Amino acid sequence: MTLILQNLIDAIALGSLYALTALGVGLLFGVMRLINFAHANFITIGAYSLIVPSTNAIATLAIGSWHWAAMTTAVVAIVMVLAVATELIVFRPLRRADPATLLVGSFALAYALQYVILLVYDGRPKAVDIGSSLTEPFLIGALRIPRLEVLTIAVTVALIVALALFLKRTRYGIQIRAAAEDFRMARLLGVSADRVIAIAFALSGLLAAAVSLLFLSRTGMVAPRMGLPLVLIAFVATVIGGMGSLVGAAVGGFTVGFVSVVLQVILPLELRQFRDGFVYLLVIAVLLWRPAGLIQVRAIKERV
Amino acid sequence: MLTVDDLEVRYGRLAAVRSVSLTVARGEIVCIVGPNGAGKSTTLLTIAGELAPYRGDIAVDGDRLTGLASEAVARRGVSLVPEGRRIFGTLTVEENLRLATFQRRDRAAAARDLADLRLRFPILAERYGSPAGRLSGGEQQILAVARAMATRPRLMLVDEPSLGLAPQNVDLVYALLRELRAGGMTLLIVEQNLDRVLEVADRIYVLRDGRVQLTGFVAELRGSDALEQAYFGFTRKRGNGA
Repeated sequence: MTLILQNLIDAIALGSLYALTALGVGLLFGVMRLINFAHANFITIGAYSLIVPSTNAIATLAIGSWHWAAMTTAVVAIVMVLAVATELIVFRPLRRADPATLLVGSFALAYALQYVILLVYDGRPKAVDIGSSLTEPFLIGALRIPRLEVLTIAVTVALIVALALFLKRTRYGIQIRAAAEDFRMARLLGVSADRVIAIAFALSGLLAAAVSLLFLSRTGMVAPRMGLPLVLIAFVATVIGGMGSLVGAAVGGFTVGFVSVVLQVILPLELRQFRDGFVYLLVIAVLLWRPAGLIQVRAIKERV
Repeated sequence: MLTVDDLEVRYGRLAAVRSVSLTVARGEIVCIVGPNGAGKSTTLLTIAGELAPYRGDIAVDGDRLTGLASEAVARRGVSLVPEGRRIFGTLTVEENLRLATFQRRDRAAAARDLADLRLRFPILAERYGSPAGRLSGGEQQILAVARAMATRPRLMLVDEPSLGLAPQNVDLVYALLRELRAGGMTLLIVEQNLDRVLEVADRIYVLRDGRVQLTGFVAELRGSDALEQAYFGFTRKRGNGA
């Protein structure tokens, strides 16, 4: 029983990270049919922003040494600005291009940003000590719950609730939802495409920043490609959740997290290193069963 | 109030609208009629800013709209009720209407207008909180018109309002459009159904092959051979009793 609960909490915590990443990716896909590979770099740069820019093997904390509230605010601001800047510089000129062109654009951006990290910080992974106090577990009977997992789950729940309220209650949220359904019609009613897309990028950056901090606290290590596995899993999550549905993205994220942890537990030791391979196998099975994903969106209309 | 001058619109190299000039005066209902592919909807969508003209000029009350993006056209008081209604099915009825008011600066008046719309359309008020996708076709068309009203337009463009609707719903929609005119709204309507047009319009433009074939007041054109000639390209044989 204890073991099951323990694993369940692990699964929810891991699923939380995937869900937050998938929401960040899904938001932009919903609004502008952009599959944003550079989301991985948003996460990576959020983590690197904590340390002093240098090619030294050992990281010196910069923002990372600040009080947690100041640190969080700074990282969130940096990644949001980065996300909005990429929209202005790269994606705005491509807005009328087809989704394939946008995808290639996001690849190019992702590589460019990755090489900036390599130039400034060197390619070696560096240990970064933030949130070490979070590794101490809460002890409830025989149950050991790492504080970080509790924090991850709490932050995720808070962000999902906040995002849902934003989309449901605010004028910009309603405009984003309308744009995701039929961008041309939204514009015909006076909705500003520039503003809606910039807000979607800012939100995507906010989610990426949260993932940066939570993921870095978990691994204690920065590396130039650290965001990539998360984003790949997030793409999987959005696909099995149903492209274009934010609920689907979140559900997909939690599902993949859950499945990963279950596989980690049930796979024989010698197969465990192939865990992600089994996850992708299940993805194929899900898509054969429901080609449009778990949560189906009526029609994916043209953007802008 | 609306003047369209020598408009040409191309899809790639194909000219869908070759040379269309038209005017709509304040408080008029003007209809554009014509067979399939005559360029009616293309003209309307170009006025709305959805398509960019190749040549020509569009202005409302002296404001030049030519080449503006659709969102900018909407902010200048031109609202489109599109073909196929295009309501936001996942948004609630209320959100569909509120969305249309967000570009307005007069927020207090916008809130009053929303309250008025709610009173005016009990069918919509009953379903205010439910997703608009659950409304019937006729209700969706009413919502599409109400949504355009919520922008408080100077000019309302209506594209094929009767398409895909049951006849009693078409009656309802046209009754509503006439009511709007009575309230001082200016309307430019694209419609294939000539009989409907003759009921509702003050003036019409007959388009064929991207050009204006004929224009005039309905009162003068009704039943004339010139109208049938322009619309069909030939005159229907008249029965003995005609």
